[in-house]
Amino acid sequence: MKEKLAKIREQALTQIKSCDTTEKLNEVRVSILGKKGELTSVLKSMKDVPAEERPQVGQWVNETRQEIEKVLEEARTAMEAAIREVRMKEEVIDVTLPAKKAEIGHRHPNTIALEEVERIFIGMGYEVVEGPEVETDYYNFEALNIPADHPAKDEQDTFYVNGDILLRTQTSGVQVHEMEKGKLPIRMIAPGRVFRADEVDATHSPSFHQIEGLVIDKHVTFADLKGTLAEFAKELFGEDTKVKFRPHHFPFTEPSAEMDVSCFKCGGKGCRFCKGSGWIEILGCGMVHPHVLEMSNIDPKEYTGFAFGVGLERIALLKYEIDDMRLLYENDARFLKQF
Amino acid sequence: MNTALSWIKAYVPELSCEDQEYCDAMTLSGTKVEGFERLDKNLDKIVVGQIVSIEPHPDATKLVVCQVNVGSETIQIVTGAPNVQVGQKVPVVLDGGKVAGGHDGGPLPEEGITIKAGKLRGVPSYGMMCSIEELGSNREMYPEAPEEGIYVFEDDVEVGADAVELLGFRDTVFEYEITSNRVDCYSVLGIAREAAATFRKPFIPPVVKETGNGEDVNDYVSVEVKDTDLCTRYCARVCKNIKIGPSPKWMQRRLAASGIRPINNLVDITNYVMEEYGQPMHAFDLDLVAGHKIIVRRAMDGDEFQTLDGQMRKLDSEVLMICDAEKEIGIAGIMGGENSKITDEVKTVLFEAATFNGPNIRKSAKRVGLRTDASGKFEKGLDPRNAEAAINRACQLIEELGCGEVVSGMVDVKVPLAPLRRIAFEPERINSLLGTEVSAEEMLEIFAREDLEYDAEARELIIPSFRQDLVGFADIAEEIARFYGYDKIPTTLPSGEATAGKLSYKLRIEQKARDIAEYCGFSQGMCYSFESPKVFDKLLIPADDKLRQTVTISNPLGEDFSVMRTVSLNGMLTSLATNYNRRNKNVKLYELGNIYLPKAVPVTELPEERMQFTLGFYGDGDFFTLKGVVEEFFESVGMHKKVDYDPQAGKTFLHPGRQALIVYEGTVVGYLGEVHPEVLDNYDIGTRAYVAVIDMPAMIPYTTFDRKYTGIAKFPAVSRDISMVVPKSIMVGQIEKVIAQRGGKILESYSLFDIYEGSQIKEGYKSVAYSITFRAKDRTLEENDITAAMKKILNGLEQMGIELRQ
Repeated sequence: MKEKLAKIREQALTQIKSCDTTEKLNEVRVSILGKKGELTSVLKSMKDVPAEERPQVGQWVNETRQEIEKVLEEARTAMEAAIREVRMKEEVIDVTLPAKKAEIGHRHPNTIALEEVERIFIGMGYEVVEGPEVETDYYNFEALNIPADHPAKDEQDTFYVNGDILLRTQTSGVQVHEMEKGKLPIRMIAPGRVFRADEVDATHSPSFHQIEGLVIDKHVTFADLKGTLAEFAKELFGEDTKVKFRPHHFPFTEPSAEMDVSCFKCGGKGCRFCKGSGWIEILGCGMVHPHVLEMSNIDPKEYTGFAFGVGLERIALLKYEIDDMRLLYENDARFLKQF
Repeated sequence: MNTALSWIKAYVPELSCEDQEYCDAMTLSGTKVEGFERLDKNLDKIVVGQIVSIEPHPDATKLVVCQVNVGSETIQIVTGAPNVQVGQKVPVVLDGGKVAGGHDGGPLPEEGITIKAGKLRGVPSYGMMCSIEELGSNREMYPEAPEEGIYVFEDDVEVGADAVELLGFRDTVFEYEITSNRVDCYSVLGIAREAAATFRKPFIPPVVKETGNGEDVNDYVSVEVKDTDLCTRYCARVCKNIKIGPSPKWMQRRLAASGIRPINNLVDITNYVMEEYGQPMHAFDLDLVAGHKIIVRRAMDGDEFQTLDGQMRKLDSEVLMICDAEKEIGIAGIMGGENSKITDEVKTVLFEAATFNGPNIRKSAKRVGLRTDASGKFEKGLDPRNAEAAINRACQLIEELGCGEVVSGMVDVKVPLAPLRRIAFEPERINSLLGTEVSAEEMLEIFAREDLEYDAEARELIIPSFRQDLVGFADIAEEIARFYGYDKIPTTLPSGEATAGKLSYKLRIEQKARDIAEYCGFSQGMCYSFESPKVFDKLLIPADDKLRQTVTISNPLGEDFSVMRTVSLNGMLTSLATNYNRRNKNVKLYELGNIYLPKAVPVTELPEERMQFTLGFYGDGDFFTLKGVVEEFFESVGMHKKVDYDPQAGKTFLHPGRQALIVYEGTVVGYLGEVHPEVLDNYDIGTRAYVAVIDMPAMIPYTTFDRKYTGIAKFPAVSRDISMVVPKSIMVGQIEKVIAQRGGKILESYSLFDIYEGSQIKEGYKSVAYSITFRAKDRTLEENDITAAMKKILNGLEQMGIELRQ
């Protein structure tokens, strides 16, 4: 019996060696280990073996089976690996072929700039709110300390619907709407569209965007205004940005200022963006005029606040180096794709 | 406002700084310097030379050879100037020196022109004699210069002296941007006062002494102001025996640097005082003033008047006029009349210095169509006290310059002057507003520099009348801030109670709209809010449609920008047309912008502003591409219910067979469709285009950012496919409605997988196939569950005239 098993083993190993496909390997497995296989028939003939020898024979058979199975498995693994190698060699691709992109659209540069500004102020606890674009004279002018006959009304070249209704020339009116709600403290920014009677050219548009900011609380100081806007400038234009505040005049703030930032293109050395001065004028700001607070029923002895207004297009044009404002409203796909 | 630094220094004699330093310091203290220019920046090595001899040029008839004594030596200069004469003293630029421009007076080169010794037609020349144009100016500003040729000095100048200095070019002209509240700074004295306060130097204004010959002005003229609401003060003085001639050079130079042409002594004095004091003055020829009487009153509607520039002006009853006993002789604060114009023959002059109502002057100037230097100053609202100071200064100059004889006294008609304003001095409150710790002493020192008096007993500041901008506490605080230095104020962040930063809900939805549109390939455009009323025709909107009721701008930039849009499509179609015209392929755009719907026409209250999310494209895709974007958007804002589409949208600008209202839970929230071919033609778009408009206020009530997990199904799903032959008139939406209604609780989903019209299908029908999926949450479905549900669905479909295919 032992010899017979050795013979089967010998034969099996030879057959396995000669196999060149996994199918042939399988045939070998069936012919030896299958239901009608040689080894199986040995097992079947166990009944003819004397009882006392059966454990010994059984062990021989199992050993033989295990050995054949092991060799079969090894041969199969090696063969599969070889096949995979070949397949992968055939599957080499040219990785420099063009990408398959999901063609996503692009945000308008104004919106990108606006979202930057919103992100900064939301981080500082400001709520983003809106107000009407068609406004009354009261909210656009009077409540902002610009009474009838004030020259600022002429300066702003207002579009009128009738004597009392106009297209807002500034987002500052939203300040008044917020103050009138009577909920203090206020920390808000109000982005939106404004209108002024300027003919369309490279630097003017009769419709553009501003972002108004307003903080009203107890003990708000001019120093807070400076600190807040300096922080804003750093976030928007880079950590090294310096700011400069110059006195200015706005009817609804006092003291008022204009803020310049060190030119973020040249770092302040002077270039074509800053017209050689090293500084770029960015926004107007100031402490809310006590009379403005009073008109909105806020006691200027208890509360103070600051306000600021930024031109969105100005930031977008500067930041993205857009040289003609008309591009913003033409909606040429080749322009929009660059953002 | 442009002013030479030398003029400022006349009142701040101790002022001494570099131009840039002056510019920076003034800007930081609130008098913004827009720019400055040194008048001698390209003038170098230019001295006074005297022509010793003139010989003809041997080879050129138009040139002469001059020997010129330039002080240190005598040099030979060849010139073609026609006006040279022996003995003349002229500006000479020496070898290697520089002049500002060419003799033709064209634009000045940035770097000037360097003059080198050389030969002219073979004769050596060691310098150049200069014309006023070569020195960078012109005859308008230097009227004494000859019409052609070399500038000639008066005889008393010293040979070899600095010619640039003598001509007043050793100076810098600063351009200031004065804010509208600082009326006082539209004057040299006002700026000088700021400069003195900024640099902590004494301010020494001109000392105006009493003038007059002892006669009484009231014997010469009387004044009556009828409309005191428009004229709060009218000062009149008289000067006689007027001798017209040129004004002195120093006055001419200061005017020229300010951009004002010197004319003659009388005109120059009024202009000089206007610049110096900021108070416009007018001079009448008293002999042309009928009755020697001045009446200040409103004009009559329809009056016409000839101003001294010869133009006829239409007047109305809100224009204030200066009249004599018989007629109008000037438009108050704007311009005098032709009929009382000063000529060189004038003997007696009536000076007027008045205070008119600023807004009235501004509006009158606009209506009359004449904005002058004077009206520009009056419209800001002038200080009545300054009128008196200015007219006395003018009379002083008349006397000092020998221009005439001043009659004593002043006719002064005025409403009583308001007492000087007082403002409480609250140093602690100032510090707490500014976030500073400036001492009360330092504050008082700043106020003193500004000529603000302090009443220590009342603890009040007394505001001088020229500071009309100082009205209350905040104004006072600003004075401290700007002279303490904005740059020295600390930088802090607001302390206060914390607030939550956030977008409003509406803005969050809009942000989502942008995200989804962009994921779907649409780029954001921006369009104007106002457009032409012709847009309605382009969009085929019927004449009586409500959309044609617009918020109309009464003073538009033109018809193209005259009505606020009531539909958002024009902007989108115009943008698509621009892209199509520029051959951009596959353009997909979206816009978020308002439409403006009037509540009544004509507009009496604010219109309704409705945010529209507008999508449009041409190129790859179709109606259903847009439908996909709409549904993606709805899903993203929590609108998970089925969206209905009603083909009866009734939009004239869309293809009648390819349009639908977008309906969510029974509410119309927008529309979409293919653009009507005629509309495409109107916009010159040569390809199919598709648009969708979501009316954000209509949809926002259905949106939510709440999300809830409903579990993942544990039990298997079962699918059944059905194939139908459907009359063409039935829309798949109707089939889906039946499936949804009749599928019961176990219906999980259904999807259309085939739709076909063609030869194998009988006329008037289409083939439609659906896959329907059932699943129960709590058990594995059994065959009879599904059969029952399917049976209900199929019955329903059959009732609609749909045939089932086997």
